[in-house]
Amino acid sequence: MPELLVVKNLKKYFPVRKKLLKAVDNVSFSIEQGETLGLVGESGSGKSTLGRCVLRLIEPDSGEIIFDGVDLRKLKGEELRQRRRFMQIIFQDPLASLNPMMTIGQNIEDPLVIHNIGTKEERRRAVEELLEIVGLGRDLIDAFPHEFSGGQQQRVGIARALALNPKFIVADEPVSSLDVSIQAQIVSLLYELKIRFKISYLFISHDLAVVRYLSDKVAVMYLGAIVEYAPKEELYENPLHPYTRALLASVPKMPKDGERQKRFLALKGEVPSPIDLPPGCRFQSRCEYVMDVCRKQEPAFREVSPGHFVACHLV
Amino acid sequence: MAELLRVNNLKTYFDRYDGVVKAVDGISYKLDYGETLAIVGESGSGKTVSVLSLLRLIKRNGRVVDGEAIFEGKDLLKLSKEEIRQIRGKDISIVFQDPMTSLNPIMRVGMQIMEPILWHRVMSDKEARDRAVELLRLVGIPEYKTRVWDYPFQFSGGMRQRVMIAIALACNPKLVIADEPTTALDVTVRAQILNLLSDMKEEFKTSVILITHDITLAMNFADTIMVMYAGKIAEYSPVERFIRNPLHPYSQGLISSTLDIKAKEGSLRPIPGNPPSLVSPPSGCRFHPRCVYAQDICREQEPEYKEVEDGHYVACHLVKGGKFNA
Repeated sequence: MPELLVVKNLKKYFPVRKKLLKAVDNVSFSIEQGETLGLVGESGSGKSTLGRCVLRLIEPDSGEIIFDGVDLRKLKGEELRQRRRFMQIIFQDPLASLNPMMTIGQNIEDPLVIHNIGTKEERRRAVEELLEIVGLGRDLIDAFPHEFSGGQQQRVGIARALALNPKFIVADEPVSSLDVSIQAQIVSLLYELKIRFKISYLFISHDLAVVRYLSDKVAVMYLGAIVEYAPKEELYENPLHPYTRALLASVPKMPKDGERQKRFLALKGEVPSPIDLPPGCRFQSRCEYVMDVCRKQEPAFREVSPGHFVACHLV
Repeated sequence: MAELLRVNNLKTYFDRYDGVVKAVDGISYKLDYGETLAIVGESGSGKTVSVLSLLRLIKRNGRVVDGEAIFEGKDLLKLSKEEIRQIRGKDISIVFQDPMTSLNPIMRVGMQIMEPILWHRVMSDKEARDRAVELLRLVGIPEYKTRVWDYPFQFSGGMRQRVMIAIALACNPKLVIADEPTTALDVTVRAQILNLLSDMKEEFKTSVILITHDITLAMNFADTIMVMYAGKIAEYSPVERFIRNPLHPYSQGLISSTLDIKAKEGSLRPIPGNPPSLVSPPSGCRFHPRCVYAQDICREQEPEYKEVEDGHYVACHLVKGGKFNA
């Protein structure tokens, strides 16, 4: 499959009290057409900043974002706007991301209006079709966002993202604020859309189970950098980075055949401050295998088997 | 095991502009000494209200309208304000979801641990100080001897939750209620706090009521599981039995809509629809509009909450003789 998105050496630093917070620190990855890249990490790992930088909703400091063969960072104004038609985003909090003064129909229609697509009639038909696609009835077109439940609001957010037939969607924790049964509905919907419309997602989540379900490849982020990147099955079955291993081990598993787990393998400590990181590996303060070299030299992010990249001195 | 708590037909309603919200509508269960009960359900199912009712912490627009809660022979719902105060924080304590909003931001953490000890006059000032330091050590705060006089803002999220647990344990309670204690935490920190709760249970032999929306966690962690839906108990069972044989269609739905880390692509079977309004709940079984097995009787008649096997209770018309027949 051809590559739809190639991100190279992307950086975004924020100045914080005369120091630097390296939110995204030299990140590179690519996504093929119709492929989903899952981006996993804890709070503060920089995954949302990365997602927004890719769309230039946050302006990166340096690096390349090649979408469909064109470097987005070289585009301005109208040219960028035209490109962005094909790149959309779904946010975590569906209510906050919808305009409360507009009806559901107007919210979904808005991108079509902005890009001046179709006549009023055509747009109305498109909106009705989108409502059906995301599993809401067309009779809900004149309702307002506050009348909807969280799950329904998120369906509206998805319909709006689909309105312009995008090739690529950044989904930033789209199910984390939803209840279990509703979460399952939305994950199923995203899965269905991926198959049906061959959409590529950058799927950002802290939930390893959801990421496994939806992704083709997975990148694990820690303090601004990708520490491991591999095809899904490879990453979950053969995790190499100590952080990835710890993440996977800390999730309770559904007990089948009465095998229950009362203790979980836990990393020591918590994610340290991302400001002024010490030299060497960024995971050194929590790694149980830490060696001298880890404190001195930053490990290279290299390919250890086909398609499997990891940044660790021990691998 | 001897019984610590028995709740009978508890009903807690709230007044709202559009009617009465029946948040908890007739639930009965028991808890033994040393037992861990997990209450599982989605937002609005009544899990938090059901335990806040026991401690009489329901806000002014709500009220317990019926039921009893016998805790060591006393009905918590009939105690005077002063009597219930003697129990809160001493015999029964709570760990809340968000440690930042439940800690006092302008009080040193050590003082906050000492507060219930001194209020209940369990020990002297000097002993309480030592106890605060000791508790911080137990819950795994590094450099606990100096950190005990820090303020909450100097602690990270996971450490604040450890402080909350220390406060809850301060007076050696018989029952600790943990209301979504790990939901606000990151994955790796969540595992640490769960391990800590496990250790504390072993060490102090406390009974625990764990409130969670995470059925996987409940099935791993608890001795007994109680699944709530729309203010009622759908199913109550020893966990071992529940793992082998979950009977209520809602319990089954929760399990099949929970993504397990080993789940295969396309295997997700979500429950359709949304949880109902508690002002005008559906007729008959409250789950019937979302139940794929619903029959006429489910729309017409409320199912009886009954024991189907030893210690295993279910409210479903389709469960007969300990089996689910659809």
